[in-house]
Amino acid sequence: MDSAVIELDGLEVRFGNRAILKKLKASLTGRSIGLLGPNGAGKSTLLNTLLGFHKPSSGTARILGRDIRTHAREVRSLIGYMPENDSFIASMSGVRFVRLMAELAGLPREHALERAHEAFFYVGLGEVRYRALGTYSLGMKQSAKLAQAIAHGPKLLFLDEPTNGLDPPARTRMIQLIQEIRDRGDLHLILSSHLLRDVEECCDQVLILKDGNIAAFCNLEEERRANRRFLEIETRGSNNGDFLDAMEKLGCETAQGAQGRIKLILPDGLEVRRLYEVAAQQNVQIRRLNHKRDSLEDIFLKAMEAPDARS
Amino acid sequence: MAVYKKTYRPYEGELTSPLKRLLVIPRYAFEDLHRSKFLTIFFCATFLQPLIFAIIIYVQHNATVFNLVGAQGANRLISINVVFFMSSLGWQSMLALFLASFIGPGQVSPDLANNALALYLARPFSRTEYVLGKMSVLLILLSAMTWVPGLLLFSYQGYLEGWDWMKTNVRFATAIFFGAWIWILILSLLALALSAWVKWKPAAGGLMFGVFFVAAGFGATINAVQRTNWGHLFNISYLIGSVWVWLFEGNNKTTNGAVFFRAPQGEELPLWCSWAALAVLCLICLYMLARKIRGTEVVK
Repeated sequence: MDSAVIELDGLEVRFGNRAILKKLKASLTGRSIGLLGPNGAGKSTLLNTLLGFHKPSSGTARILGRDIRTHAREVRSLIGYMPENDSFIASMSGVRFVRLMAELAGLPREHALERAHEAFFYVGLGEVRYRALGTYSLGMKQSAKLAQAIAHGPKLLFLDEPTNGLDPPARTRMIQLIQEIRDRGDLHLILSSHLLRDVEECCDQVLILKDGNIAAFCNLEEERRANRRFLEIETRGSNNGDFLDAMEKLGCETAQGAQGRIKLILPDGLEVRRLYEVAAQQNVQIRRLNHKRDSLEDIFLKAMEAPDARS
Repeated sequence: MAVYKKTYRPYEGELTSPLKRLLVIPRYAFEDLHRSKFLTIFFCATFLQPLIFAIIIYVQHNATVFNLVGAQGANRLISINVVFFMSSLGWQSMLALFLASFIGPGQVSPDLANNALALYLARPFSRTEYVLGKMSVLLILLSAMTWVPGLLLFSYQGYLEGWDWMKTNVRFATAIFFGAWIWILILSLLALALSAWVKWKPAAGGLMFGVFFVAAGFGATINAVQRTNWGHLFNISYLIGSVWVWLFEGNNKTTNGAVFFRAPQGEELPLWCSWAALAVLCLICLYMLARKIRGTEVVK
């Protein structure tokens, strides 16, 4: 089993008398972890607490084995942080700002400069890196925030609503960047968002927060694997019986429903593509194909509807 | 690796020490300040007064210069004494107030106005280090224009006058050093605290003057209306002046302060009140900074 990236050990954060995070307990081991929840659920507070901006009122958390209470500085040296709001110095040029941030993270001057340039090219802002940050468009500002978060080569990247306010092409580009960073495997990602699609596309584990509690925690990778095996299809064609026989010969478990609906469990190694091939051979049309198990949306809605979230 | 290589790679190299990281902030700040021609010229111009005072010291010890211009005995007009050094410190300290008002607010307010603090403090960098880094810009510049030229003038006078004079008047040197540091600390803390709260550079700069001059006016009004001297507690230049007099002369006072920093005779408050008022001012500034310099603001 992987060692925990983030371990929440009864973490509680209070502002005055109000508990914002309520004794959270979880061990997050994924390479990319999504933090989901409606506004006010405590996602940003959790990130801010892990960064040391808020002091836990009880409990603690460990990031890559370091306690946030006792090793705050060491923890922060491992993290790259892309905040939700605009955070930069408007009058500074992009590359100078990223260089400053890299130097503050501990990179020597020359390395910081080199990596600031690299980071800007990497996020697609190479041509505008000498322009003042205040003149950037919203999408460019988001990319610049990502550049400063990765310039010093962190081990763990906190992305707080990275696609906020982006138009569809810019969002796609941002998601691609995040996926690229994730797939390189050099670092772990924590992506906080209220957009299910962002989390679904980038993460393999999801922690769903509701009112400061953990409402659900699931491994998306396992869910996806299960989804791929469990199918519900709707067919039209000459003889569904022959089609079912053919599928059973391929090792599928089948169950026929009304109006051409068929439930199937695919054996390991059998691709969905074979289903279409067999259907074509049997002169059967597959009109609809659904992964039967819960989607992230189902999981999220179920978590939100549950009266008591588990803590 | 060339800059056009579009990939992400982790950093495996060495990291700098915390002290070196702390010095990153003043380095960037000095680069920014150096771009302003006005500030560069103003800073250079502040050395005019020490230069003139150095010339006075030189002329005092070279009677031939007076003889050349036919002004024998003119060297008796200016004495190199406590007033001379206190005046030098007073002039330079007033110029330091102007410089702090120009550059102080620019240190913190842009970071707060642009929410950049979260990025600073998400790094292995504490709030204290952030404030120290920002403050060091003011500490270095204000030192260069107050106690450094003051001590140079003292050393020059000592060199020309002789070792005995230096030994007799060593209190001047310590007074210049500590007196200037008290002023520098107050200016720096006030500049950072005001800019942290106002977040708008011009307003924060204006407030700096407001705290010094309007508060002094307010204190004078209290004195006039209540027929008291306690209004001087609002007058920072009075408080500094009374502390300086003690630093320069101890309990054997012969003066009532220097230019801009005077404690009028007959209106003196107990010395501990001046110290206490300055300490309270510093604590208020530190509290203001502690409230505002945070990675994220909590809305209650």
